[in-house]
Amino acid sequence: MSKRITIDPITRLEGHGKIEIFLDDRGDVDKVYFQVPELRGFEIFSVGRPAEEMPRITPKICGVCPTTHHICSTKALDDLFKVEPPPAAKKLRELMYSAFMLEDHTLHFFFLGGPDFVVGPSAPPAERNILGVIAKVGLEIAGKVIKLRKECRDIITLFGGRVIHPVCGLPGGISKPLTEDDRQRIAEVAKGGIEFARFALQIFDDVVLKNKEYVALVTGDIYRHETYYMGMVDKNNKVNFYDGDIRIVTPEGKEFAKFKPREYLSHIAERVEPWTYVKFPYLRKVGWKGFSEGIESGVYRVAPLARLNVSDGMATPLAQAEYERMYETLGGKPVHNTLAFHWARLIEALYAAERMHELAQDREITDPHVRNIPTSTPQEGIGIVEAPRGTLIHHYKTDRHGIITEANLIVATVNNAAAICMSIEKAAKGLIRGGKVSDGLLNMVEMAFRAYDPCFACATHSLTGRTPLSVNIRDSGGSIIRTITRQ
Amino acid sequence: MAKPKVAFYWCASCGGCEEAVVDLAENILKVVEAVEFVLWPVAMDFKIKDVEALQDGEIAVSFINGGIRTGEQEHVAKLLRKKSGLVVAFGACAHLGGVPGLANFSNRDRIFDYVYHKSPSVDNPERIVPQEKTVVREGELTLPEFYNTVHTLDQVIDVDYYLPGCAPPPDLIMNAVEAILTGNLPEKGAVLSPDKSLCDTCKRKVTKPEKTVIREIKRVHEVMLDPEKCFLDQGIICVGPATRDGCGERCINANMPCRGCFGPTSRVDDQGAKFLSALASIIDADSEDAINKITDSIADPAGIFYFYSLPASMLKRRLDI
Amino acid sequence: MKDFEPRIIGFLCNWCSYAGADAAGSARKIYPPNVKVIRVMCTGRIDPQFVLKAFQSGADGVLILGCHPGDCHYKEGNYNALRRFHLLRTMLAQFGIEKDRVRLDWVSASEAEKFVATVNDMVKKVKILGPLRKTAVA
Repeated sequence: MSKRITIDPITRLEGHGKIEIFLDDRGDVDKVYFQVPELRGFEIFSVGRPAEEMPRITPKICGVCPTTHHICSTKALDDLFKVEPPPAAKKLRELMYSAFMLEDHTLHFFFLGGPDFVVGPSAPPAERNILGVIAKVGLEIAGKVIKLRKECRDIITLFGGRVIHPVCGLPGGISKPLTEDDRQRIAEVAKGGIEFARFALQIFDDVVLKNKEYVALVTGDIYRHETYYMGMVDKNNKVNFYDGDIRIVTPEGKEFAKFKPREYLSHIAERVEPWTYVKFPYLRKVGWKGFSEGIESGVYRVAPLARLNVSDGMATPLAQAEYERMYETLGGKPVHNTLAFHWARLIEALYAAERMHELAQDREITDPHVRNIPTSTPQEGIGIVEAPRGTLIHHYKTDRHGIITEANLIVATVNNAAAICMSIEKAAKGLIRGGKVSDGLLNMVEMAFRAYDPCFACATHSLTGRTPLSVNIRDSGGSIIRTITRQ
Repeated sequence: MAKPKVAFYWCASCGGCEEAVVDLAENILKVVEAVEFVLWPVAMDFKIKDVEALQDGEIAVSFINGGIRTGEQEHVAKLLRKKSGLVVAFGACAHLGGVPGLANFSNRDRIFDYVYHKSPSVDNPERIVPQEKTVVREGELTLPEFYNTVHTLDQVIDVDYYLPGCAPPPDLIMNAVEAILTGNLPEKGAVLSPDKSLCDTCKRKVTKPEKTVIREIKRVHEVMLDPEKCFLDQGIICVGPATRDGCGERCINANMPCRGCFGPTSRVDDQGAKFLSALASIIDADSEDAINKITDSIADPAGIFYFYSLPASMLKRRLDI
Repeated sequence: MKDFEPRIIGFLCNWCSYAGADAAGSARKIYPPNVKVIRVMCTGRIDPQFVLKAFQSGADGVLILGCHPGDCHYKEGNYNALRRFHLLRTMLAQFGIEKDRVRLDWVSASEAEKFVATVNDMVKKVKILGPLRKTAVA
């Protein structure tokens, strides 16, 4: 421990995510640091709490994806109490979760990550936001996005009581059954969701794939990393968000490992760096070789593109066709282009809508039997789900009364933390030469960053997801030569 | 007439309060039309320097969500206080500390020790811990100071009004905005939600017997939950009696008990103590042994009774660490 | 902690324990001056917030004394205190307040001896525990 120094906060006000770029004597990029300046300590204050309260505590990690934490925590409780939910309960959880994935993915494409593409990467920042998207695609479509978001959020509310921090998950099931009326309503929303996801893919086609400049960006070297990939698959190795085994593939796309949630510690380790509050997970069996790519480095990636890379396809027909088309277009598996995360995200949105529709058609889903009461003594439980932003792990240990004695959380975005640092550095190196900083730099860096849809509320269990960035560019003497800040 | 300037800022929060604003849906356009946002990091350019350049009091109202956990958060909160006519603590974390406030049962050293050393996935043989200042080959990197204790917003700055809830529901947000725009405000320090307990409007009130008695405490996962019957009458801990109304009983509607995110009514200083009192009064036992047997079956009383309000409680934190 | 003198707040019921303390005083019995007495009409009137307030204000211990079961002037008050007490002590332990810092006992108007013994014992135990706050809130 170095000695404690109180720092004048004035220098650190540009908030919730900070990039430091250091130049060498020639004015080229020497090193880039991406810092996350916060922490809240959920693992520690979960200790002493009753396990059954965890699905209500852990969503507070993130108000952007509380449903993910809620469902993951609930699954960890199933494992902890060794209780199998009735079929209807499992389906209802997955239904609620699919609605959430559809909503979150479409929101990201249209509101957060999409503007870079839809409005254009070099458009003025004042236009590169949702309003710019509306101007480009028309108010009617924007209305559709807002309507779909609301419908999906109403479905989550129906199950969870509240969409921001749902409360319905219990070990062995959920708190209330689904009525036939509501089932029909959900089936309708899902149908609309399928149409909408297809439409979003069409926009991606028209706006991105038909534009040579964009294709060059997507396939260019600035936004490319050859890393390992990790994601959840079902028994047929198809993408699944709610349940399955975790599969890891090498940068060449070969299966490196396939494991059950209970074995996660044999595969994942985390590195600590002194200059950020966030930890850096890596593959234990490969080892930490610094912020580097390739087969020798334990850095891996998660989230939409990773899930598609580790799987053999999608479990629903329309999404499967799109999956095939993406790999054909981008030259086979695995795809290493970071900007392809956006494409993969839309394919997943389509899958989520199709899956939602399948489940809503299932007559068993309105069975009133949605809970089994646990009977065994709790000791240890692990739950894993695929969050929009990647693999999420909740791991609890309890005493025999079910009071938490230890909690370990590896949150989706954190898995990508090392890759995000690398992507930012690579983009900066490609864009700053001889001390000349192009005006588009920050946006190009942000595009590298946004493709991951990073959620630092989750990452530190603290920060709000949409991180305002500040970039300091320093000369070889360490003095700041320029600071760029933008939301 | 110039539109009133508004700031919306986050501290140790999760983003749920931002989502709550987005959930206003079509109403958000009304708000955007009526006011001028000068700071809203989640939605627009983050220009703290612009805020510094404003006159003191130039911002009509600042909505601040999240508790205070780092030096940086305290600094921005103080800056906004100086520049704002009104400050509204937005949501349970700013109001009471919120769920992250449960960290006050622990402290900084324990959090760091677990997160960076003891966690089973950490591999840190060099025992590295994040530092406020790190000298790297290229220069120096800084991180904000991480406090030992989570504070509510009104423990670091003066707060005019409180908008309760985790997250505040859309109707209360709109009511608050309208009240501010029309100047039709209650006295300073008010919580902008009805001043009565959740039980007063709870749909399950009709099922409550004349005198609720508890002979046995049950945990939510141990029994089937009756969707009609008062939770306390089922022997399930529900913090409704010590919680302010106005949420629309969102958790109760999902057939789960209340955990108190709206905080207490104006007549209560300490939500946890008040709930303890209410709960004890319905225990149906007279002998010491029988009473203790029932109360011993309550898992984690402090954690449940102060689920959202530990930093706002009289004791605020654990005293021995 | 040789010279540590604990500050203890005593909530004494008007009808029994306060009279018992009075009797101890009238009989010139010697007991330590660490307990600051607050008279309440009944132990059933003691809101748990009072106990927290005492600790918040810097007390090292809280002593609650009331009528023996069955002797309550208001029939049930001391039972209400009993129902709250055990749970309160359990909860306070989670705040790092040891069980010996919070005590509920029955002392009747004629039990001057018991009053003295209870105060002696409480002061001794809290002295062993030392001051309550070991860290500043920061």
